[in-house]
This record gives sequence, C-alpha cells and structure tokens, in this order.
Amino acid sequence: MGVLLHEVSLSYPGTGLVIDRMSAEIEDGEFIAVLGASGCGKSSLLNIISGLLAPSAGWLEVPEDGAAFMFQDSNLLPWLSAGANVELALKLADYPKALRAQRVRELFELVQLSHAVDKKPHELSGGMRQRVALARALAQDRQVLLMDEPFAALDAITRDMLHEELRNLWEQTGKTIIFVTHNVREAIRLAGRILVLSSHPGRILETRRITDELRRNPAQAADLANELTTILRKEQRKHEHTDRT
Amino acid sequence: MSTLTELKAPGVQAPAPSAATTRRLDALVAPVIAVVVLVSLWQILAWASPLRSDLFPGPGAVLAKLPELLADGSLLGAVGTSLFRAVSGFVIAVLVATPIALLLAHQPLLRRGVGPLISAMQVLPSIAWVPAAIILFGLSDATIYTVLLLGAIPSIINGLLSGIDMIPQQYTALSKVLGASKREHILHVELPAALPGYVSGLRQGWAFAWRSLMAAELIAVGGSLALGVGSLLQRGRDLADLPLVMLVILVILLVGALIELLCFAPLERKLLRDRGMSRTGEK
Repeated sequence: MGVLLHEVSLSYPGTGLVIDRMSAEIEDGEFIAVLGASGCGKSSLLNIISGLLAPSAGWLEVPEDGAAFMFQDSNLLPWLSAGANVELALKLADYPKALRAQRVRELFELVQLSHAVDKKPHELSGGMRQRVALARALAQDRQVLLMDEPFAALDAITRDMLHEELRNLWEQTGKTIIFVTHNVREAIRLAGRILVLSSHPGRILETRRITDELRRNPAQAADLANELTTILRKEQRKHEHTDRT
Repeated sequence: MSTLTELKAPGVQAPAPSAATTRRLDALVAPVIAVVVLVSLWQILAWASPLRSDLFPGPGAVLAKLPELLADGSLLGAVGTSLFRAVSGFVIAVLVATPIALLLAHQPLLRRGVGPLISAMQVLPSIAWVPAAIILFGLSDATIYTVLLLGAIPSIINGLLSGIDMIPQQYTALSKVLGASKREHILHVELPAALPGYVSGLRQGWAFAWRSLMAAELIAVGGSLALGVGSLLQRGRDLADLPLVMLVILVILLVGALIELLCFAPLERKLLRDRGMSRTGEK
C-alpha cells in the first residue's frame, strides 16, 4: 500500500492556510518528488504523512506501520556514534538485540560508510552524516520513506553521488519514497513523478511523469527543468506580491 | 651498521609540543600567575597599611597559622566533616531534585505553578533558612542538611529544566518518527540531550550546597554538632583572630575550587567534547 491523500488541508493559527485541499495517490514502490518554492508547505505535508502533524481537514491513508523519515539536517544525536544512532532506531523498532550489530554493519555497507560506524557525528562531513541518517531511516524498515530536502545543504559533487546511491537503494529495496525538494534538477534526476506545489497555500499545480528515457536525454530534461523553473518562479513572485499587498 | 633512525640531521629540532599540551600548560600557568600576582598585591598592601598587623595580616601571617591548626588536627577534622556533609547532602539533593525536575518538565501546569517558587527559592540567601532550621531541629546535623538541601535543590532543578528546555524540537520529532514511547524518549533522547545543562545545574547546585553549608555551620555551632569549616570561621571571629579567619576563608575557597577543577570542569569538558562542542573561550 502506498499513500493516499484526500482533500488534506492544514492551517496554523496566525499564519492561516498552509496546505489547501491536497489530494494525491502515491503508489506502492513509487519514487515521487514534491517540488515547490520555500514556504509552500512541502515539509508540512511530510509532517502530516509521518504523523508529526494532524491535518486540519481531509484525511489520509498511510501503511499501518507508518513512515520512516529523513530530516533536512541529519538530526543525528551528537552524543552517540554513527553506529549507535542507527542501532537506536533498530532498538526502538524492537529489532532483536542479538542481531542489531550485524544489521548496523549491513546498513552501513548499504550506504557505503562501513569505515565510519564508530565515528561521532561531528567527526563526519555533511554528506556522511546524511548517509548515516539514511541508514537510520532504512533501519526502521518501513515501506514508506519520507525525505525532507535531505541533500539541500550539501555541495554539488556530494549531492550528485548521493542521488545515484539513493536511486540504487530505491531500485534494490522497492520502497515508496516521497522526496521533498525545491531543486528542479534534483526532482527530475530522482523521481518517477513530480508533484509541483503552488506557493502559500500549497496546492498541487502540476503532476509530471518522468521516464528513464527523458532522464537520459539531456535536452529533454533541460527543457522540462526550464519549464518547471518558470512555474516555480511565477509562483514565488505571486507569493511575494501577495505578501507585499 | 648504522641505521637511518640513529642518524639525526644537523639542525633538526625536537618536535614542538602539541597544541593540546600547550593548552593544558596555559590552563595551569594562567591561574598560578593570577594567584601569585594577587598574593603579592596583598602582601604589599599589608606592608603599606597603617593598620596593625593583627587587623590587616599579610599572607605570611595567615600562612603562619597553618602549622598550629594542622598540629592540633582541627583544620583537617573540620575540612573532613564539612566535605562529608557537603558531598552526602549534595548526593541527596541530586536524588531529590532530578525526579522533581523531570516531573515539572512534563507537567506544564505544575511547572507554571511551582516553577516561579523554585526560582524564588534559588534567589533566597540560604542563611535565611538557618534560624528556622535551628528552631525546628535544634543544633543538630538535621539543621545543617536542611539548609544545604534548600540551597542546592532549586538550582539543580532549574539546571535540569533549562537543559530540557534547550533540547532542539527536532529531537522530539525524531523520537516520534522512530516510534519511541514517552519512557524511551526520556531515557534515550531527553536525558542525554539535557546532560550538559544538567551538569551545569549540578555544578551550580554544588556551589550552592557548599555556600549553604558554610552559612549553616557559621551560625549553628555547639550542641551535638561536629566542628566544620564554617564553625572554625566562627571560632576565629570569637577569638578576634583575623589570620585564622583569613586562613579558613582561603581553605573554603580552595576546597570549592578543587572540587570544581577536579570533578565538574573535566566532566563538562568531556561531555561537550563528545558532542563536538567546547566551552566559550576554549578551543
């Protein structure tokens, strides 16, 4: 089972409507990107799906065991080693104690970070921390993985490497991934489908399917990137204009 | 046959001391220099002062009291008694304050009601409790411990509370998405995250405990009470023996500083280092 959103709205006291009647059906095993300008409610949408926030109106269906979550900054616990951070996720998921160390090793191999199991988060680079965070999200062993701009703060080369690894992981595990980003090229590179959100309140403006053929064709990918960027710029300007008036 | 390791090229110097060694030396040398400067100033003022030497004794006159107090065993006995009271009282304060702080952190209504009272108690000078404690418990250890606990508990509670308040919201979100129960969140996330604030609170709690103890021992003298450092201070006052008073003040300072330097400072440094942080002004 994937994720189903039906007329989901969210409003905060003071700031008003953040998400406006959003409906979407995300299939099991799908890699979907939620694309929008800053402040369009992308992160709030993930918070609703993960259960961190309750919608003000509408309803949603998520798998019974919930969704794993990867935060924008790695959100690793600084007093634990990288391995212990992942092990904590296993412990909280009631993973058998005797098998935890082995599973931690497997997960670190999966994110290609076997040498850093014993390092503390502050001893790791930004990219390595995000890999540990990915290993921790995978440790929860949930079918749905929510990713909130996880690579936004990384340099281009690291981001590029992680994009490739994430695609490989998705192909290996068949998880349903909902990936929030404001980066058009990142969305095209990773997702099978892109939901483009409007700014303030967040509504689904466009839905685009991304085929492997389009991804492999630089000219087509660039055209789509330009088109989506134009939509986002228009939305951003509209939002700024609304703010001024 | 000579080996390469036995050969030393001319002009090759011994490796420079590491930055950590230099920092450790700085940390040791700087306070020593400060103490030497202060003691020298004190001696110069004593020489220059028109007051009689028994009314403004210099460091030499004060130190001259030391052999006498060591010989009759009163100083070491008093330090031992006070340290035992301070450490045992502090441990009791920690055991009482920690669950209260956790309760207040998770019961907002209770915190709104009790929190300001605890902060007010922290502001209240401990010496104010001494007369009430003497009326209630007489000249006994109960009086001393009451004053000490009332001085230390509020600051430990406030330390842990502020440690918990400073936990980033994201850790709470993390606990939720990892499926942690309330108990698991407190045990695995909240308490370790609040630890630096808690240790600061403990540090402050120790300072309050030590100060409160001195206040209590200064006033509550006699009865079944053993002689503490504060009582020794009072004895100096009764005998109008300023060198004795000054010496006891120095001992109180020294014990407080030693506990700080040997226990709390290394503990805090280790906690912060483990998290990739350092105290302001340290590298």
